[in-house]
Amino acid sequence: MLEVKNLHASINNKEILKGINLEIKAGEVHAIMGPNGSGKSTLSAVIAGKEDYEVTAGSIILNGEDLEDLAPEERAHKGVFLSFQYPVEIPGVTVTNFIKTAINESRKAKGLEELPAKDMLKLIREKADLLEIDRKFLSRSLNEGFSGGEKKRNEIFQMAMLEPKLAILDETDSGLDIDALKVVANGVNKLKSKDNAVIVITHYQRLLDYIVPDFVHVLYNGKIVKSGGKELALELEAKGYDWLK
Amino acid sequence: MNKFTEDDLKKELETKEYEYGFYTDIEADKFPVGLNEEVVIAISKKKNEPEWMTLWRLEAFKVWKEMKEPEWANVRYEKPKFQDISYYSAPVQKKQLDSLDQVDPELLKTFAKLGISIDEQKRLSNVAVDIVIDSVSVATTFKKTLNEKGIIFMPISEAIQEHPELVKKYLGTVVPTTDNFYAALNSAVFSDGSFCYIPKGVTCPMELSTYFRINEGGTGQFERTLVIADEGSFVSYLEGCTAPARDENQLHAAVVELIALDDAEIKYSTVQNWFPGDKEGKGGVYNFVTKRGLCEKNAKISWTQVETGSAVTWKYPSCILKGDNSVGEFYSIAVTNNFQQADTGTKMIHLGKNTKSTIISKGISAGHSQNSYRGLVQIGTRAKNARNFSQCDSLLMGDLCGAHTFPYIEVKNKSAQVEHEATTSKIGEDQLFYCNQRGINTEKAIALIVNGFSKEVLNKLPMEFAVEAQKLLEISLEGSVG
Ligand SMILES: Nc1ncnc2c1ncn2[C@@H]1O[C@H](COP(=O)(O)OP(=O)(O)OP(=O)(O)O)[C@@H](O)[C@H]1O
Ligand SMILES: [Mg+2]
Repeated sequence: MLEVKNLHASINNKEILKGINLEIKAGEVHAIMGPNGSGKSTLSAVIAGKEDYEVTAGSIILNGEDLEDLAPEERAHKGVFLSFQYPVEIPGVTVTNFIKTAINESRKAKGLEELPAKDMLKLIREKADLLEIDRKFLSRSLNEGFSGGEKKRNEIFQMAMLEPKLAILDETDSGLDIDALKVVANGVNKLKSKDNAVIVITHYQRLLDYIVPDFVHVLYNGKIVKSGGKELALELEAKGYDWLK
Repeated sequence: MNKFTEDDLKKELETKEYEYGFYTDIEADKFPVGLNEEVVIAISKKKNEPEWMTLWRLEAFKVWKEMKEPEWANVRYEKPKFQDISYYSAPVQKKQLDSLDQVDPELLKTFAKLGISIDEQKRLSNVAVDIVIDSVSVATTFKKTLNEKGIIFMPISEAIQEHPELVKKYLGTVVPTTDNFYAALNSAVFSDGSFCYIPKGVTCPMELSTYFRINEGGTGQFERTLVIADEGSFVSYLEGCTAPARDENQLHAAVVELIALDDAEIKYSTVQNWFPGDKEGKGGVYNFVTKRGLCEKNAKISWTQVETGSAVTWKYPSCILKGDNSVGEFYSIAVTNNFQQADTGTKMIHLGKNTKSTIISKGISAGHSQNSYRGLVQIGTRAKNARNFSQCDSLLMGDLCGAHTFPYIEVKNKSAQVEHEATTSKIGEDQLFYCNQRGINTEKAIALIVNGFSKEVLNKLPMEFAVEAQKLLEISLEGSVG
């Protein structure tokens, strides 16, 4: 599904990613952990194609295709989804209108007709129910005045709507209360299949009790310094990162 | 779900150039350039006006000659050379026509390009259309339906002939000839425009609509609109404008007067997309417009405007809240891109008791443009318990444009409540990336963000207009982010 090879990326001439290698197969869940500032969000942004970052070496291959020359929206159309660590507010644009636009733009890119309003509504209802989202919430301005947890839940709602091939969840658990964490994790698990893959970025083992990873990687100072199975997360929880330096 | 979303719009936008920038090749009856008493008299004669009208014009001309162009607005432009303009241009086709079959086919093509196929409008949208091409009103539809209700909707030139008592009674009462430089000029040389009268207690059964269009090169367009809503009546009036793309600047100086008598309500909506000039700032329409409404007791006037065009805009649709309990509203979206300049806003003059006004202004600036809001809220000594709420939001795209807010507040009655809020924001890279990541390309993302920003005002527009307005917002901002 995804192959990241010797990826180097910098911003303002400062190198942040210093040679990342990662291979993710369809059906797998990978967790990425690592201290603050190690480059986790940078890696997600670079995979999603944020143009502020310069890729100085290496490549990102999605389903056999090099993403290098693709704009962020084109990557999205190929099935890349990023649940933002800090979702952005768009005043005056409702949750519904935003997701509807996103869906139809992706469909357009694939040469499909717009989804009829009726079907759209049905889909929205179904996914909102899956994530236990109140209907009233859907007509609010996107992320404007949302609590931290509401923002994260809404990110996963969008993921559920878009059904991506590769979903990157950047600290989706931060800000969620215990019940919300279960709902969101449950939603993610329902969306999991043998055809898609998930990268979970987190600081806490707790999320991984619900979304169980096949692999855990530790990102440290722009490099993956250790990889292992799900027990690695427990070890990190107990020991911190110092022993990996 | 919000019906006004942008989904179909993109499809329809094939070119990035000014969509209505074509020129209709119709023979025109056009005056030589220049302005003097003879020209004023000739215009009046051309229209078979009664003597009182000719004198009224001449009086205005006298006043105008003594006046200076206003310079307080936050706009820079080369002053129009008033002696180089032709003050009258009419398609050669003198008679008012009864049916569309009689209309010059070229003209019909123009209508089609404007997207206002009259047939369509008749059938689908229940809109009565009065079309002003250059200076003469060419086709008026729906007259009969309106007649039955006693509603008068016709070119003002005809109203002067057929309803002189109404015109004489109200013309110039809200915007006097002496009001300002452009209003005086308009009063002297106005060639046509629309007249509308809604009788007592009548709710106008359809939206009334006028399309203005500047066609001839080197002509000025000076329309004059007069809308009178008699006691307890209601009317919703739509005004749309386009002009072909030309290198030279074209002058447009209209006057609109609204009169809402006791308990009447007028809703006046404008979508203005005069040619804004090209990317280098060449050409474009100078839009110097005076719009004002008078509210008697319990009356209400709402102005809603979407301003996307013109090289220079100078426009302040205002309300004089004379009657007790009267209400004035101003909802505005002003978009400037490239080298456009807009200085627009409103005046709310509270004279009566318990008068209320609301101002919502949304300015969107891109490119090298300058966008200013200028608003006056004046509470007179008699205006007990008057209330105003103003909100002015600016959205900036890029670093080269400017947004400015000039609120003036004058309160002479202590019981008044005046609130003013202002915000300035920028379309952020983060917002764009967020949209991109969801599969929405940058242009679409801008349209989405701008529509969200403008929503409160878009929602005030009648449905057909709201769709068009969204489309225009999108067109005018295309290419605004590199
Ligand atoms: N625009 C920028 N200019 C300079 N440095 C930057 C810029 N953006 C990010 N960085 C730096 O890149 C490093 C990696 O940041 P990143 O956000 O990827 O960390 P992270 O692993 O996601 O951290 P956290 O766990 O706190 O979310 C940090 O040191 C950060 O300060
Ligand atoms: Mg991070």
